[in-house]
Amino acid sequence: MNSTEARQEIDRLIAAGDASAAKRALIELWAHEASASAASFVVQRFEQLRAAINLQPYRLAILRSFTVEPMVPLLRAAAFCIGIDLAVHVADFNAYVQAIMDPASTLYGSAPDVVIVAVQTRDIAPDLWNDFTNLNEDQVQSTIARVTNDFQGWIRALRKNTAAHLVLHNFETPVYPSAGLLDAQSNSSQSMAIAQINRSLANLASEQTSVYVLDYDSLVARHGQATWHDERKWLTVRLPISAAHLNHLVEEWMRFLYPLTGKIAKVLVTDLDNTLWGGVIGEDGMVGIKLGTEYPGAAYQAVQRALLDFHRRGILLAVCSKNNREDALEAIEKHPGMLLKSAHFAAVRINWTDKVQNLREIAGELNVGIDSLAFLDDNPIERQQVRTVLPEVFVLDLPSDPMEFARSIRACPLFERLSISTEDHRRGAMYQAQREREQLEQSISSREDFYRSLQQEAEISPLTKANLARIAQLTNKTNQFNLTTRRYSEQQISELVSRAGWGCFSIRVRDRFGDNGLVGVAITRQEGDTAEIDSFLLSCRVIGRTVETAFLSFLADRARANGASRLQGWFLPTKKNAPARDFYSAHGFAAAKQNGDGTLWTLDLKKSFLPAPEWIRLRIVNGDK
Amino acid sequence: MSALLLDRVRAIAGDVLEVPASKITPTASPESLDTWDSVHHLNLVLALEQEFGLQFEPEEIDQMKDIQHIVDILGSKVA
Repeated sequence: MNSTEARQEIDRLIAAGDASAAKRALIELWAHEASASAASFVVQRFEQLRAAINLQPYRLAILRSFTVEPMVPLLRAAAFCIGIDLAVHVADFNAYVQAIMDPASTLYGSAPDVVIVAVQTRDIAPDLWNDFTNLNEDQVQSTIARVTNDFQGWIRALRKNTAAHLVLHNFETPVYPSAGLLDAQSNSSQSMAIAQINRSLANLASEQTSVYVLDYDSLVARHGQATWHDERKWLTVRLPISAAHLNHLVEEWMRFLYPLTGKIAKVLVTDLDNTLWGGVIGEDGMVGIKLGTEYPGAAYQAVQRALLDFHRRGILLAVCSKNNREDALEAIEKHPGMLLKSAHFAAVRINWTDKVQNLREIAGELNVGIDSLAFLDDNPIERQQVRTVLPEVFVLDLPSDPMEFARSIRACPLFERLSISTEDHRRGAMYQAQREREQLEQSISSREDFYRSLQQEAEISPLTKANLARIAQLTNKTNQFNLTTRRYSEQQISELVSRAGWGCFSIRVRDRFGDNGLVGVAITRQEGDTAEIDSFLLSCRVIGRTVETAFLSFLADRARANGASRLQGWFLPTKKNAPARDFYSAHGFAAAKQNGDGTLWTLDLKKSFLPAPEWIRLRIVNGDK
Repeated sequence: MSALLLDRVRAIAGDVLEVPASKITPTASPESLDTWDSVHHLNLVLALEQEFGLQFEPEEIDQMKDIQHIVDILGSKVA
């Protein structure tokens, strides 16, 4: 189908009222043709479909010192294709300082979820860009200090006026430095001065929550300084980027939008033959498969290295392969070229069953939704089958050349994270401990004996600077055991807790198999004699081990101590939180009210005691405000 | 050649200016099409640069008074 026919087919589907087929066709069109021309078409057609398909609204604002208007349709088309209806506010050209400083500006009026600050080196530090060789060391340092200061002030003002996430472009170095070759020989060079500003930006971002840096300097380098710029367009319409590279900046913006909007994969399910090694283990055997430090086996080691990096980022790895289990496991454990070992995989399915069935089982075993899986397979037929039968699964497209595999996997935005907690680092090991726990559970007959045998210790803490990031992360990604599914940013949580009567608590759980880390969050507020549970959620890896009872019991005790006679909480049903549905009724709460969103449950604290399970050793950390 | 070019330009202009390609006649211009404002003009230029893999001179962009002019300029560049 050529591009004209593809467009006609899409219009035919829209006219016929087949919104989901039209959506699929638009995504397909965009995958083949991410151009300025296709962008307008895709945006316009998605706007027609808006009422008929499920889209997540999100608001983005751009503060800029150059023309970004042509990127807006590209960005909106890319966002529509991942299910996001993106409203884009573009602040006036070079008016970013006023927009930031004025609390009544249209920037804040647009109520953005994320603000991108896209300013160029030549605009913010024209002396460094144009006149560097004429500056003395003091002048260079004073410019660096001024820019750093400006940014500090802007971040502060933005923080005061909006809870939006901030993405700051850092600064590019010139293609040819002012001093030519001498620049690299100097200990006070132009590139160093710009790098110093970039380092200050990184420091500012690392000190604050929800502030991120977009590495514009590396982005330009990655795609090629030689072709990135279009000097003519810069001089005539203030667009510095050539037509061929517009989409590369848009892709980088999208790389932030994926994690910001929760479009992330939690598990990467990988094939083995011709994916983690070259060849087929069942036919070529241990000596025949290609895997090692030399060509061509190095291509597969590069894939494994990419997966290992994901693993350390907190993404779970799982195997799904059509093979004889023994052959494949032997290769994984014993092949000298393997960087990944069995211990890196949270779930393993090596059999001759079809992959769709295996993917369903893996999601079940790991307690994640099927839409949390990403699927990596060199075989286009397997990919197509998964894509057709399980459209919720993210299917990675691999290039045909294995030497390009690793690069393409690393480029995938589904594995991007904006912050990493210690839990993320240790997640893989925690899942291994989980498998051991399940084996124990199967060997012990009574539930209570099982709970006792786990030797669980729980620690409940108030909100601290150290646990804020993890708490916000949990509110944003916990779908199953989540009673109200209210998503909060770090900023919003700090703000809530600063109000009178509000509290935020987290629970950490340890047992004989290891530390599960910070796995639960409760946000409460008390007004008069009523304490309400605003949010209550637990990571699925501890559900069913009575930790939830211990946590709820703590909330009841605390409410009572603060003079409440009633504890209440909403259960707001979603597609995914069925595991939490009976939570309140199972703990003696009575249904008090119902509306279109859910049910309000209450517990009379004078009549009900709600004890903590005796098999959990509970420690309460003070510091309650 | 020119007929083929005209078809490609019409398809792109139809997308970018958000009108059916049938309305993109050789005489269609910013005066005759409401959607053809300065932002869309820049988008059209960029879409053409992407499609044909070239860059226009500022003078050429100024001369793009209607679809026929665009086809002529493209014709002289891709020939």
